[in-house]
Amino acid sequence: MKITDKYINTGNKDTRSGFGAGLLEAGRANSNVVALCADLTGSLKMDAFAKEFPDRFFQCGIAEANMTGCGAGLAISGKVPYIGSFAGFATGRVYDQIRQTIAYSHTNVKICASHAGITLGEDGATHQIMEDIGLMRMLPNMVVINPCDYNQTKAATIAIADYSGPVYLRFGRPSVPNFTPENQSFEIGKALTLQEGVDVTVLATGHMVWESILACQKLAEEGISVELINIHTIKPFDKKAVLESVAKTRAVVTAEEHLIAGGLGELVSGVLSREMPTPVEIVAVDDLFGQSGKPSELMEEYGLTSNEVYEAVKRVLKRK
Amino acid sequence: MAQIDKLKEIATQIRRDIIKMVSMAGSGHPGGSLSSTDFLTTLFFSEMNHDPKTWTRSGRGSDMFFLSAGHLSPVYYSVLSRSGYFPTDELKSFRVLGSRLQGHPSVERGLPGVHVASGSLGQGLSVACGAALSKKADKESNFVFALIGDGESEEGQIWEAALFAAQYKLDNLIVATDWNGQQIDGPVSSVLCLGDLKSKWESFGWECIIVDGHSIEEIQSTIRDLKKTPGNGKPKMILLKTEMGMGVDFMTGTHEWHGKAPNAQQTESALSQLTETLGDF
Repeated sequence: MKITDKYINTGNKDTRSGFGAGLLEAGRANSNVVALCADLTGSLKMDAFAKEFPDRFFQCGIAEANMTGCGAGLAISGKVPYIGSFAGFATGRVYDQIRQTIAYSHTNVKICASHAGITLGEDGATHQIMEDIGLMRMLPNMVVINPCDYNQTKAATIAIADYSGPVYLRFGRPSVPNFTPENQSFEIGKALTLQEGVDVTVLATGHMVWESILACQKLAEEGISVELINIHTIKPFDKKAVLESVAKTRAVVTAEEHLIAGGLGELVSGVLSREMPTPVEIVAVDDLFGQSGKPSELMEEYGLTSNEVYEAVKRVLKRK
Repeated sequence: MAQIDKLKEIATQIRRDIIKMVSMAGSGHPGGSLSSTDFLTTLFFSEMNHDPKTWTRSGRGSDMFFLSAGHLSPVYYSVLSRSGYFPTDELKSFRVLGSRLQGHPSVERGLPGVHVASGSLGQGLSVACGAALSKKADKESNFVFALIGDGESEEGQIWEAALFAAQYKLDNLIVATDWNGQQIDGPVSSVLCLGDLKSKWESFGWECIIVDGHSIEEIQSTIRDLKKTPGNGKPKMILLKTEMGMGVDFMTGTHEWHGKAPNAQQTESALSQLTETLGDF
C-alpha cells in the first residue's frame, strides 16, 4: 500500500486551530483548565475558549513575563493554566521565567506556542523562532511536544491537561495537510511509526512529517524501503522505539522545522553516538535566521521540503 | 503590649539565626534579611492566617506568602522554621550540599512553606498575582502576601505585575517592599533611581502606604487596616522604610553587607548585639 494512500490529506488546516479546538474541549472536560494570553487571542485561536469560559480566560496584555509567572501561581493553586503566545515570545523572551517558576518549580503550566518555526512567513525573523525546541528541551522537567497536523495538535492539547507537570506545546500558523486520524488518542512520549521499512529510518517532527510522507512515496517508487516515525514528543524522547528501528535499518534521516542546533537531529545524533553509532543526515536549518516570505517559499529557501528529505535519504544510504 | 514585646523577642532571635546561618555557610545575604525581619516576624507570627501543620503547596484555605526577593532566604528560612514549618536544627544545613535550604528558595526537595522558587528577581510578584487571581476565582476570602525588594523593583516584570494586579482588581493581594535603599552596587538612588515610589504604585492603581519597617506596631496595624478593605478593588502595597543590616551596628545602612558573610570576629560582635530569646539552633 502506498503511504500516500494510507495517510490522506483531508484538507489543509492550521495546527493553531487544532490547539484552539483542543483547548475548548480540555476546558469543557476539566473546570480547572484556565487560559492566559498576551494580546494574541485571535492569532492563537483561543477566542472560542474565551467566549465560552470568560471567567477562566485571563487577558494578560503584552506582558509575557508576568503571564508566565501568573501561570505558575495559578498552577500552584490547583488550576491547569494554558499560557499562549507566539513561540519566540513564549520561550526566548521569558526563558528565565520559565526556568525558575515553571521548570525548576515543577509547576503544572502548559506553554502553548504558536507561529513556531519559519512558516509564520511574512513577519520575518523577529517573529520566526527556530531555536525553541532546543531552548525548551534543555530544561529539566520540561516535556516538549511538536505535533504534525491539526488533528494531532488538537489531541495533544487535550492530552496535556491530564499530565501533571510543565509542558511546551509547539504549533504553527500555516494551513498544512491534515492527515492523522480525527479524535485520535495522544500518548506523550510515544513515537508513532507511520510506515515500516528496512533500508532507512526517517524521524520527522511537526510540519516535516507530511513532507517526509511525500519523500517516502517517491523513495518507494525507487524500491527504497523507509521506516517513517513521527516524533511528536521531542522530550521525553522515545529512545526505545528509535533504537529498535535503527537496529534494523542502520541509517537515519531526521527532519524538522528548526535549527540544527538544539533540535531533533542533534538529539538523535547524540543518542545514537552513545548507544548505536549510525550514519545520520539532518534536514534542518543550519545557523541562520529566517526572513520574510510565503511559508512555502521559505520552506523551499531553507531546505525544508520533501525533496530535501529524499536527497538526505540518498546521501545516508551511501554512508551505510 | 505583651504581644508586641513577644514579637520583638522573636525578631531578635531571627536576627541571631540570620547571622549564624550566613556565618556557618560562609555566604548568603544578611543585609536585606535583617532589614525585612520585623515585617516577616509580624506577618508570620501575628497577622497571617496559616497553619504550618496543615500547610499545602496549593495554599487552599489559608493565606499564602511569596518571597519574590529570594536572596532573603536566611530570614525566610528562620521565620518558617521558628513558626513551625520544619525543625530549627535544619537551619544548620543552609547552603549545604543536599539541603532543603538552598541558597535561594526552591521546591525541589519539598521544603514546607515554600510555594515556588525565587532568586532571579522580579518574578515572585507575578506568581503571587496568579495565586491571588486563583483565590478570587474560587471565591476564597484568604489573602496572598508577597515581599519584594526596592532594588528588585528595577525589574520590568514588577511593573507588568503591577498593571495586571490592578487590571484584575486583586484586592486580596498585599505586597511589601523592603525599601532599604541599598543594592549590591550601592544606593538604589545612584544605581537606578526609583523616584517617587509611592506615587508610582498609586499611579499603577494600587493602595500604597509608607510605614516604619522596623516598627512592629505600625506594621501590624497597617496589615490589619489593609485586610479590612478587601472589597475596594485595589491591590495593596506597603512600602517599608528600613535600614539594610538593621540590628547589627556595623552592618546597618550600607550596601556592603548585601551579600557577604561575617568572619568569626564579626559574627561574635554581631551576636553580642542580639539577645538570645528563644534558644539558638
